[in-house]
Amino acid sequence: MSRSRTPIVQAEEEAPMPATRESGLELVAAPRPATTLPRYARRRAVDAFARWIIAAIAFTAIAAVALIFLFVAKEALPVFTSPEVHEEVTVERMVLPQAWKEGAAPSFSWQPVSKVPKYSLAPLVAGTFKVTLIALLFAVPLAVMAALFSAEFAPPRVRETLKPAIELLAGVPSVVLGFFALMVLATFFQDTFGLTFRLNALVAGVGLGLTIIPVVYTVSEDALIAVPRSYREAALALGASRARTAWSVVLPAATPGVFAAIVLGFGRAMGETMIVLMASGNAAILSADPMVSVRTIPATIAAEMGEVVVGGAHWSVLFFLGSLLFLVTLVFNGLGGWYVGRLRKKVGGTA
Amino acid sequence: MIRRLVPALAIASLLAACTSKSTEGQANAEPAARRAAAVTIKGSDTMILLAQRMAERFMKDHAGHPVQVTGGGSGTGIAALINGTTDIANASRAMKPAEKAQVQQRRGKPAVEHPIALDGIAVYVHESNPIPSITVAQLKSIYEGEVRNWKELGGADSRIILYGRENNSGTYAYFKEHVLADEDFAADTQTLPGTAAVVNAVAKDGGAIGYGGIAFGKGIRAVPVKKDNASEAVAPTLETVTDGTYPISRQLFMYTAGDPTGDVEAFLDFALSDAGQELAVAAGYYPLPKKAGAPANVAQ
Repeated sequence: MSRSRTPIVQAEEEAPMPATRESGLELVAAPRPATTLPRYARRRAVDAFARWIIAAIAFTAIAAVALIFLFVAKEALPVFTSPEVHEEVTVERMVLPQAWKEGAAPSFSWQPVSKVPKYSLAPLVAGTFKVTLIALLFAVPLAVMAALFSAEFAPPRVRETLKPAIELLAGVPSVVLGFFALMVLATFFQDTFGLTFRLNALVAGVGLGLTIIPVVYTVSEDALIAVPRSYREAALALGASRARTAWSVVLPAATPGVFAAIVLGFGRAMGETMIVLMASGNAAILSADPMVSVRTIPATIAAEMGEVVVGGAHWSVLFFLGSLLFLVTLVFNGLGGWYVGRLRKKVGGTA
Repeated sequence: MIRRLVPALAIASLLAACTSKSTEGQANAEPAARRAAAVTIKGSDTMILLAQRMAERFMKDHAGHPVQVTGGGSGTGIAALINGTTDIANASRAMKPAEKAQVQQRRGKPAVEHPIALDGIAVYVHESNPIPSITVAQLKSIYEGEVRNWKELGGADSRIILYGRENNSGTYAYFKEHVLADEDFAADTQTLPGTAAVVNAVAKDGGAIGYGGIAFGKGIRAVPVKKDNASEAVAPTLETVTDGTYPISRQLFMYTAGDPTGDVEAFLDFALSDAGQELAVAAGYYPLPKKAGAPANVAQ
């Protein structure tokens, strides 16, 4: 491609040469303006080409997300449209409590393999949020405090080992953490608190918390480090102790970053499958009690997908659950992003 | 630099195009070749150990006739049979009529059932649980959530913690159908992936009850089961499962689309031969009764 163009370019290069030679700057300056112009044009073309390719690659990633969602949503669509699926399940029956037996009080029940398949979403949605909340309550204080320590108090040497060590936790496969929660945490919690259910939302939530600690820690720590030095100097100059400076000046100034970290951790906790599948007991009980067994949306999809009849009602409902999870994470990430932007404006305004 | 990069990129993309085309060709050729060469077996996790041992012995005796075994669950195996991606589907439950219809529709051949071995479903409790035996009716009320304390069954005063399998497992389907008479499990039944997970959970929980294949039943206590109040308590053993006195036992199946031919037929013949049945016993299952081809359905 470029070879065929070369002679033309050379011809262009040579054409203006006699004119510049007459100006007297023969050896050094003369060829320069002659060659830069066409070269510049070519570089611009290459540049445009590269930009186009990079943009295409970037959009491939976005397109992948969009296509995945389209695929999942398409498989979920029969829940709304197909009369065959409606014989087994309707949106109304998924959302509202139902009297499953004649004379029984209306209740929520998830029993998809049954004479009368029961697809109440409430226990699964509540379960997912319950476990996520426990994970955040456990992980966020720990991770933010650890970030505050390593950003404000730790000597550089300690920080240099601390940070990679905590980040290493992110590399632990979730199966391993799930196994740890199942074998060690579950027994520990049962012995300590005398729990009826050995596998419960608390065990799963704490196990889940372990996976989000590194995410929350890393992002918060970066946010804390990024707080201008002048803030600290001003606080210390006013006589504040180091702890007071960290707690009342640096941490508030880094709120947007810390909040962004929490939003990231939330999304991660929401979609995590393996740990909850192993350690939560997977019983679909609608309850606010953290000590009872719980069934989450990702665990349900993972556990049940292998058996369902392709294209059947159960199949569609599982895909519907997948789309729901996708949308919830998307909405919460969006809201989080919007709120982080607002916080940033507020904090940035004082800077 | 850039001037060199452009042709390099062009060549690279051309090469990429060529290679992707050639791999496509391979991918197209592969399934046909594989289908001719290897017998593929997919399905029940309960049966995977059994199928693997049978495959190993079969390949030893028939060099050059490979057999591939994968798990995934009874439903997964049946789905693969429907889609034509496996020759044999392992199932620890009988195929549903809807699935048989799908095989007929998609493959143009009826699903053929080959009972391979018997499996008893054991009921486990924690070692320390003193309960001497349990009736099928008691099991039903326990798993439906009507009986919630061991005291009501003559045990200690502690809550019964229910463990079971996920609803994609053949064991779940069997237990639900034959013990619960197709009623639903109690909502607080904790479901775990795999019999080994159930065994592990029961072993760590004093008030627990669980069910699963006898093949996995190590480290906990299998409770003898009574068919009803009048009958004797029967422990799950080789004799009781084979002669049908143990009340909760089932057949393990291999399914093919249409009558098996070639290597598939040879493999199934081997599985039902004395050598194959010995392997079933070695894997912790029970041989079919000697009347080959027409085994009594011990469940009913």
